[in-house]
Amino acid sequence: MRITRYAAALAAGVVLAGCSSSAGDQAADQAENTVAVETEASFAAGTSMAELNEAGSITIGTKFDQPGFGLLNPSGTPEGFDVEMGKIIAAKLGIPEDGVEFVETVSANREAFIQNGTVDLVIATYTINDARKQVVDFAGPYYTAGQDIMVAAGNPEGIAGPDDLAGKNVCSVEGSTPAENIRTNYPQAQLTLFDVYSKCADALANGQVDAVTTDNVILTGLVANGGEAFELVGNPFTEEPYGIGLTKDDTEFRNFINDVLEESFEDGSWEAAWDATAGAITGTPAPEPPAVDRY
Amino acid sequence: MSVLIDNLPLLLRGFWMTLVLSVLAWIGAMVLGTVLAGLRVSPSAPLRGLGYTYVELVRNTPLTVVFFFMAFGLPQLDLALPSFFWSALLALVLYTAAFVCEAIRSGINAVPPGQAEAARALGMPFGQVLGQVVLPQAIRTVIPPLGNVWIALVKNSSIASAFAVTELTAVLSRLSNATAGALVWIGLGVALGYLVITLPSGWAVSRFERRLAVLR
Amino acid sequence: MSSLLYDIPGPKARARNRMLTAVGALVVAGLVALAVWRLAVNDQLDPDRWAVLFDARTEVPQALLRALGRTLQVAVIGMVLATVLGALLAIGRLSDRRWISRPVTVVVEFFRAVPLLLLILFSFIFIPAIGTPISPFAALLLGLVLYNMSVLAEIFRSGILSVDRGQWEAGYALGLRKSQLMATVLLPQAVRRMLPVLIAQLVVLLKDTSLGYIVTYSELLRTARGLVEFFGNTYSFQFYVAAAVIYIVVNLLISSIARLVERRTRKDGKARAAGPIGLPDETTPVVVPGGGPDRGL
Repeated sequence: MRITRYAAALAAGVVLAGCSSSAGDQAADQAENTVAVETEASFAAGTSMAELNEAGSITIGTKFDQPGFGLLNPSGTPEGFDVEMGKIIAAKLGIPEDGVEFVETVSANREAFIQNGTVDLVIATYTINDARKQVVDFAGPYYTAGQDIMVAAGNPEGIAGPDDLAGKNVCSVEGSTPAENIRTNYPQAQLTLFDVYSKCADALANGQVDAVTTDNVILTGLVANGGEAFELVGNPFTEEPYGIGLTKDDTEFRNFINDVLEESFEDGSWEAAWDATAGAITGTPAPEPPAVDRY
Repeated sequence: MSVLIDNLPLLLRGFWMTLVLSVLAWIGAMVLGTVLAGLRVSPSAPLRGLGYTYVELVRNTPLTVVFFFMAFGLPQLDLALPSFFWSALLALVLYTAAFVCEAIRSGINAVPPGQAEAARALGMPFGQVLGQVVLPQAIRTVIPPLGNVWIALVKNSSIASAFAVTELTAVLSRLSNATAGALVWIGLGVALGYLVITLPSGWAVSRFERRLAVLR
Repeated sequence: MSSLLYDIPGPKARARNRMLTAVGALVVAGLVALAVWRLAVNDQLDPDRWAVLFDARTEVPQALLRALGRTLQVAVIGMVLATVLGALLAIGRLSDRRWISRPVTVVVEFFRAVPLLLLILFSFIFIPAIGTPISPFAALLLGLVLYNMSVLAEIFRSGILSVDRGQWEAGYALGLRKSQLMATVLLPQAVRRMLPVLIAQLVVLLKDTSLGYIVTYSELLRTARGLVEFFGNTYSFQFYVAAAVIYIVVNLLISSIARLVERRTRKDGKARAAGPIGLPDETTPVVVPGGGPDRGL
């Protein structure tokens, strides 16, 4: 009696283990992406670059839940455009790839992590603004996003821009800049606020909200991952320059990173990083690189 | 400190939402929990089984998971709730009802058996035995555990912040993103909001327990 | 007691029960069938969606198992620390010296009154502010320990107070000081009696690890959410159902162990005298028969 029950469970396990899925087929053909490490790097003594080079390791804060920019894969390593930019900078610092540690930063703790030294850099869809400049320094921008709107495929509500959101249910993340923007500038819209964007996608798929609003790159990731269920309105109405956050008043480090960024714009590594990550999801080529702001 | 004063309306709105959510969920959980307790002690074995299964299933599931299925799982069953406030409310009711049921059941079990025997000797059917004799006496024993269930409910309402309800913890997220430096004050303000509800409830329960001990 | 509420069913009652069972079973089966039908209509029963959970190439099963490991890790370590600290706090609260018992009471009452979610979040935010960095694991652990040590302190206190008064008196009669009495006589008996309760509290702690999402600790639920973000929200339902099933199975196992331990300690003569102890859930205090000496401050 007991034997047959165990046998049944075992048989079920063997059958299930042999299952194959379409997601598994995709995972089977993933390419590796490596950046050449600068071995001859040397820096002036006392600078952050020298310290990091000596230590042979760097801790970079990034997002773990934004497809295309910073997303944790099931094996436990993050992938995305922000991650690639981090690898480029680490390589120029002469740090080998296994010396780069990625830590998850959420929007609420990006400044705190820089200030208390938990991370050396933050590359996490981090919009440069004046309020934040009081607390941290920014290198870059390395990409300019814009706030946009995602709707159900076919755009049943006919939303073409933020003014059409009046009276509609719009989803975003609590405490985020896009949500604040809607609340201040488009108060007719009804805001539904979760703690992560994947829940907004679930709500839109179920028809519980009419639209999702945040930076267009994040929305593109959600559209790509959502099967055929979503589409992007494609009408960005703000400018969100993404920067690299570092300790306040570390001007040498900031200049160094800005130099590295400009180099990557020139030598094609920025474009290659885009094509391998966000570009692969959106299917679009890399846009024009932005102008670095040395303030 | 000024952060708290500047954002007082928002904090009060969050506090009010926490209170409303908790009170409404409490009422729902008491109703459902009493029904479940009745199921668990009923003469019919299948009803007992139903009550047992429900309680065991809910007690072994994290509340966050229950919230998720109420918010996003129900539409997959084509059951649409008017807003996310209602799915949060439903999640809290379904979860807390299991603990209310257990509290009431422990109260029923604490009533001296002789009471039920006497009631049956007088010829009362199950409904009357429960309603007229056992439950009124059980209430005295049941109040302290129910008080703890209430306090747990108030604290559990903080999970609704992740599911589109702007209660106190959601206000914490919003303010902490807006004002990077004043995190300590905002945190204290929000914690105070919860303490204002939970500490007096805890004291009331302790006082009641002490009075109960004396009476016994 | 519950079986005393109604007479043993006679033939008419049995027939009625059988009919009720049949009707009830039909209703439940009908509801389940309805739910399954609606799920199928919405494509949630599509085998390709469920296959992602078992296909080793996607790394999903491995990720879920690793996440379960991390969940168990923080739960077990948290339980051990909370038990040790809870026992100490319970003894402190029962101290005759006001300068010990008063502050301990304040600490216990405070940590029981603040939502666990906030405790975890504050550990994460405020500890680095005073200098030392803290990992998500440590912040979650700290929050869980602070909360559960207070809950366990109350449970231990009930346990110590429920030990037969005669043990106290015998101890004093033998000339034992209070601390010796606690350590050698009362605490061992209390722990043995509270063992099923402690194991049941482990279930509560395990469920509470799901609050780790707020500090980005990759426990089971956070990992399920991360998998949804990676594979897309067509798999949303499947991943959350998988996480729920894993939680329920693990928790049922632990609860069964708790019930087993309770049954075995009940057979043990020393515990039998006191009678059965209701297994608590997160919310009910331990129903201890006999009361005990005055539990005032």
